[in-house]
Amino acid sequence: MKHLTEEQKVLLEMVRDVADREIAPRAIELDEKHAFPEHAQKLFAELGLLNPLLPAEQGGTEMDNETFVMILEEIGRVCASTALLLIAQADGMLPIIHGGSPVLKEKFLRRFAGSSTLLTAFAATEPSAGSDLLAMKTRAVKKGDKYVINGQKCFITNGSLADIISLYAYTDPERGPKGMSVFVVEKGTPGLIYGRNEKKMGMRGCVNSQLFFENMEIPAENLIGAEGDGFANLMKALSINRVFCAAQAVGIAQGALERSISHARERVQFGKPIADLAPIQFMIADMATAVEAARLLTREAAQWLDEKDKKGVLLGGMAKTLASDTAMRVTTDAVQILGGAGYMQEYGVERMMRDAKLTQIYTGTNQITRLVTGRTLLRS
Amino acid sequence: MYSNNEELRMAANMIRKAAREQVAPLAPSIDATGQLNPEVEGLLWDLGLMTVVFPQKYGGMAQHSGTFLCIGVEELARCCASSALMLIIQAVGSFPIIHGARPELLDRLLPRMVENRELAAYLVSEPGAGSDVASIRTTAVKDGDTYVITGTKCFATNGPVASVYSVLARTSNNGRDGLSFFLVERETPGLTIGKIEKKLGQKGSQTSEVHLEEVRVPAGNLLGEENKGFKLAMKDFDMSRPAVAAQALGIAEGAFEQMERYSRERETFGKQLCEHQMIQQILADSATLIEASRGLVYRAAAQYDEGKRNTKLASMAKVFASDAAMKITTDAIQVFGGYGYMQDYPVERMFRDAKLTQIFEGANQIQRLVIAREIRKENSTS
Repeated sequence: MKHLTEEQKVLLEMVRDVADREIAPRAIELDEKHAFPEHAQKLFAELGLLNPLLPAEQGGTEMDNETFVMILEEIGRVCASTALLLIAQADGMLPIIHGGSPVLKEKFLRRFAGSSTLLTAFAATEPSAGSDLLAMKTRAVKKGDKYVINGQKCFITNGSLADIISLYAYTDPERGPKGMSVFVVEKGTPGLIYGRNEKKMGMRGCVNSQLFFENMEIPAENLIGAEGDGFANLMKALSINRVFCAAQAVGIAQGALERSISHARERVQFGKPIADLAPIQFMIADMATAVEAARLLTREAAQWLDEKDKKGVLLGGMAKTLASDTAMRVTTDAVQILGGAGYMQEYGVERMMRDAKLTQIYTGTNQITRLVTGRTLLRS
Repeated sequence: MYSNNEELRMAANMIRKAAREQVAPLAPSIDATGQLNPEVEGLLWDLGLMTVVFPQKYGGMAQHSGTFLCIGVEELARCCASSALMLIIQAVGSFPIIHGARPELLDRLLPRMVENRELAAYLVSEPGAGSDVASIRTTAVKDGDTYVITGTKCFATNGPVASVYSVLARTSNNGRDGLSFFLVERETPGLTIGKIEKKLGQKGSQTSEVHLEEVRVPAGNLLGEENKGFKLAMKDFDMSRPAVAAQALGIAEGAFEQMERYSRERETFGKQLCEHQMIQQILADSATLIEASRGLVYRAAAQYDEGKRNTKLASMAKVFASDAAMKITTDAIQVFGGYGYMQDYPVERMFRDAKLTQIFEGANQIQRLVIAREIRKENSTS
């Protein structure tokens, strides 16, 4: 990659090294056992990588999005679930970073400084509110100096493990988008009930939980920003999170491409490496072209977001769609290039294919991201 | 198309009903446990599906056996691809026996297979010979009135549970013209089961390595002529590729049924999913691909049944239907959104199952080469 700063080069080299030595060897086992990547959680904490977006005021490194997406790519290349650990961690923090008062930030973010291994979660999705987030039913009612919250959330990454949860709920459902608010909920709050952890097709090295809120009381000061700020806060978090998802997808695709190339060089059929066969060369060419395009668009979007330019939001949606569709196609083709072996767990590419599918779905399905992109372009 | 044939249409309806009622409820557990359910296996025999391609006197169909095989596979694959795979493997594994065994061997073997409900497996692939069948290294050396077979086979579906194996081995160094098929029975000394694979999908069958260490079989177990095994394998493909295409078709139809129903049940943005144009586009594309696949599958099967050369259509059906199944299952998960990614709904299983249809019985890259070769042949002889 051109135009990297010296600092970025050194950091990315370190991350790549850690990914290859520490993360890659555990990827198959994490997937098979549906295990949480505790080793990565500890390792990232020690290296100061678990919460790179933490603001400097709260003792963090306040990393820019551009560098963060390059880190996600490197991790996603060897283990998408482990990249998701970093993404979930950032997601849970973004609503507070964007909307929290200095006091709230100090109260809830300071604890993530240094080598903290605490986790966050981002709770918006509900059984009947997936793409259509305004259809959420969770209610928060103010009573004195408390909010009483009732409702449920689903598919929440690290939901049952998180120390703090950024939770979206309606304070005034009559007002639609202007009646949604966002709160910080701490682990151990009475009325916060953990449901089951989902059994997923892929991304198995992370926990996705059902959360139930039964007359859950939280202090009124846990409101992030003002009442009614929730939907705007949610849209802002998603616009940035989509670029993280894109970076993870680029990483998955890159990993699958690398496996395909090395297999094509080693595998001999019809008396020569299959790398010598034109159909394989074409597949590799298309895969690599798509990966490069997705990578560049993703980084471009991150750079615009870093400059607080709206263009970053538009490009971020495009990057999410392109990168996840690319990841799906490239991983499907990688299994194809490995043939029968590709269909077997021990070669790792079938996992990448299962992992890739989630990137077309989460943080807005690609149908939604296309709608958003199309409408933005047609309106302006 | 078989839809004009009353007998076949009735058979299809009967199989569909049995599959819906008796197989569909078991499909998730078959996937989760990695074992075929004995009840389902029994049902497949009861329906006569495991012997469709056998000679008529051993329980096979007098006519339309290729089409009937595709119908059985398609209908089962709508709800459980692993169960459909049993039919394909049984047909593929028996093919060299049915078309290559001497009459005495057939008379001894087939009644027993039917009586005991025994499974056949197909031992062709090797670690170094996947798409490239001609590079097989397993050897069969003649020793008096026996052959001694040595080598390792991989990705053998039903390897651990089959009673009889059709083994392709090298009888001379003459490339593809040096291969021969042999019947090897499970209890023959020297035959051992290697590692059982962990697969992405179609998990309701065990796929394993099979090791052959100086396995000695009677010379009469040679199937077909010596050194003509490659040709027999290619003929087997003419039957099996439409069947794989039928499996892909069934998987796609199953995924379509699921997403179509869900699109009517699920509401977003104040209306049913099926009222959103972006979902309608997915449904329309999927239905179109399914219709086109069905046409190719049953034309390829009909040509096979008529004894015509169907190699081109068989490959076309396999490529088209399997690529369609991969696309349709990928999109079906998309229609379900987050739920589609969870094991509670069947579409994630269908997605995993679909991928194999692009790979086995000749990867789709090979199919395209076959199609192009057939086209060249047609045009150079006309």
